[in-house]
Amino acid sequence: MNLYGVRAIYKFEMARMRRTIMQSVLAPVITTSLYFVVFGSAIGSRMGAIENISYGAYIIPGLVMLSLLMQSISNASFGIYMPKFSGTIYEVLSAPVSYAEIVLGYVGAAATKSVILGVIILITARFFVDYHVLHPFWMLSFLVLTAVTFSLFGFIIGIWADGFEKLQIVPMMVVTPLVFLGGTFYSIDMLPQVWQTISLFNPVVYLISGFRWAFYGVSDVHVGISVGMTVVFLAACMATVWWIFKTGYRLRS
Amino acid sequence: MQPDISVKHLNKVYGGGFQALKDVNLEIYPGEIFALLGPNGAGKTTLISIICGIVNKTDGEIRAAGHNIVTDYRSAREAIGLVPQELHTDAFERVWDAVSFSRGLFGKPPKPSHIEKVLKDLSLWDKRNNRIMSLSGGMKRRVMIAKALSHEPRILFLDEPTAGVDVELRRDMWEMVRKLRENGTTIILTTHYIEEAEEMADRIGVIREGEIILVEEKNQLMSKLGKKELRLQLQNPLDKVPGELTLEPVELSEDGYELIYTFDAQEQQAGVARLLRTLGELDIEYRDLQTRESSLEEIFVGLVHE
Ligand SMILES: Nc1ncnc2c1ncn2[C@@H]1O[C@H](COP(=O)(O)OP(=O)(O)O)[C@@H](O)[C@H]1O
Ligand SMILES: [Mg+2]
Repeated sequence: MNLYGVRAIYKFEMARMRRTIMQSVLAPVITTSLYFVVFGSAIGSRMGAIENISYGAYIIPGLVMLSLLMQSISNASFGIYMPKFSGTIYEVLSAPVSYAEIVLGYVGAAATKSVILGVIILITARFFVDYHVLHPFWMLSFLVLTAVTFSLFGFIIGIWADGFEKLQIVPMMVVTPLVFLGGTFYSIDMLPQVWQTISLFNPVVYLISGFRWAFYGVSDVHVGISVGMTVVFLAACMATVWWIFKTGYRLRS
Repeated sequence: MQPDISVKHLNKVYGGGFQALKDVNLEIYPGEIFALLGPNGAGKTTLISIICGIVNKTDGEIRAAGHNIVTDYRSAREAIGLVPQELHTDAFERVWDAVSFSRGLFGKPPKPSHIEKVLKDLSLWDKRNNRIMSLSGGMKRRVMIAKALSHEPRILFLDEPTAGVDVELRRDMWEMVRKLRENGTTIILTTHYIEEAEEMADRIGVIREGEIILVEEKNQLMSKLGKKELRLQLQNPLDKVPGELTLEPVELSEDGYELIYTFDAQEQQAGVARLLRTLGELDIEYRDLQTRESSLEEIFVGLVHE
């Protein structure tokens, strides 16, 4: 295993993130704070508790997931898109690093940063809402698992994208709606039956439900299913990445 | 001796169906400087990119430093440094970090003393803390060379290293190639500047439309394909080439003051002696004479336009 190679990519990516600390940490923190002010305090104060959890506290897991997903995807996709765009990818392609090592470097760095960001948002939330975490181990596990899975997903998007618009389109057009409709702001039970059924096709429902269970012990679907669905998505992303390298898709002509 | 690069029956068909390489066979030996010559679009970059792992081959077998580039890609690639044709650099990284990154990427433990040496050799030492985007084009190219040398490769590919670079960098590059050769580095460079091949290469391969049409020691190539020219300045003008001289391909300049004899480099002695003897017999006096060898450029143009 080329550990120096993995470390080089990882360090390079982390350095890139440090340079963009404003947009990659400060921006999500501000956005999330705004959600807390608007939904948690202003509107939330007029909302009843859901399953005995104050509305402000109820939306925390979903809001963390929102930032986690968006940041994982945008970090990882940008990380691999940039060298493709600037041409510097030649160096990675000609280096003695395996596919797995390339992924480990890029995705590992993106996931690391997402987890750090998730923790920062959780700390920020503490300033607005008094919440507790029932299963800290599972909470962290979900955080890491989601960060890794969606960084991998972002990596795929970064390889697929052949322009900046495509890089933006998936997070904007796909992930944002899925997160909003995935039970960030409400319990799935509150929807009419038909929408409940439709929601079950939204993978983000499982993420948020499982994550919320780790906080408060309540969930829309059983936590085992949440873990299962996340792992299935992770496996699908891994298979796609494997196929990408196997065929050289958009990397090697 | 085991070749450092061995290419057997290599074919490359690009996605669109275009065949860029046709049954390429090539061996390059340790320590030699090999120049791959060919017009634009001949397939030079494709060949290099395949050997270095950037482009997939269609079929054929390639070994670098004795290792199969597909099944044993790690060992093969560790041995190779590449300076690509296009200028691709990071923007925000600092020179030192970028070059250290490359060393790590190629699986080598950090060695600041080596990075320092490479940067100094390439006149980048003063710029080591500069962001790459703040450098001039020439300096960026030096950074790419430094990256390629960061992991102490035994085989170095330079794809059109001096295309569009300033005179100073060109001179430094030649100097660097000579130094690397002294350390035993195998160097493969592509160029369409013949003078570069002429100046630096031990062996020359000519590629045209995806086919290697010739591989030859430079000196042999020059003597084998090179033409020589003998010019004689006459005391008195002639109005036509004397009939006795028509045995040799002799021409007369327009003003009648110069006889020009063109001959193959190998058979020079016989022909020149015969010509001068005949002139003596005809009492044609000459003031001066020069011979000139055709340059690699003329040879090359002759080859690719066949
Ligand atoms: N990615 C690609 N897809 C299709 N054709 C390509 C690609 N890259 C190069 N070619 C074609 O292959 C031929 C050889 O190109 P190249 O190897 O760059 O030549 P050279 O380096 O000798 O100028 C050219 O005709 C070029 O258009
Ligand atoms: Mg080229």
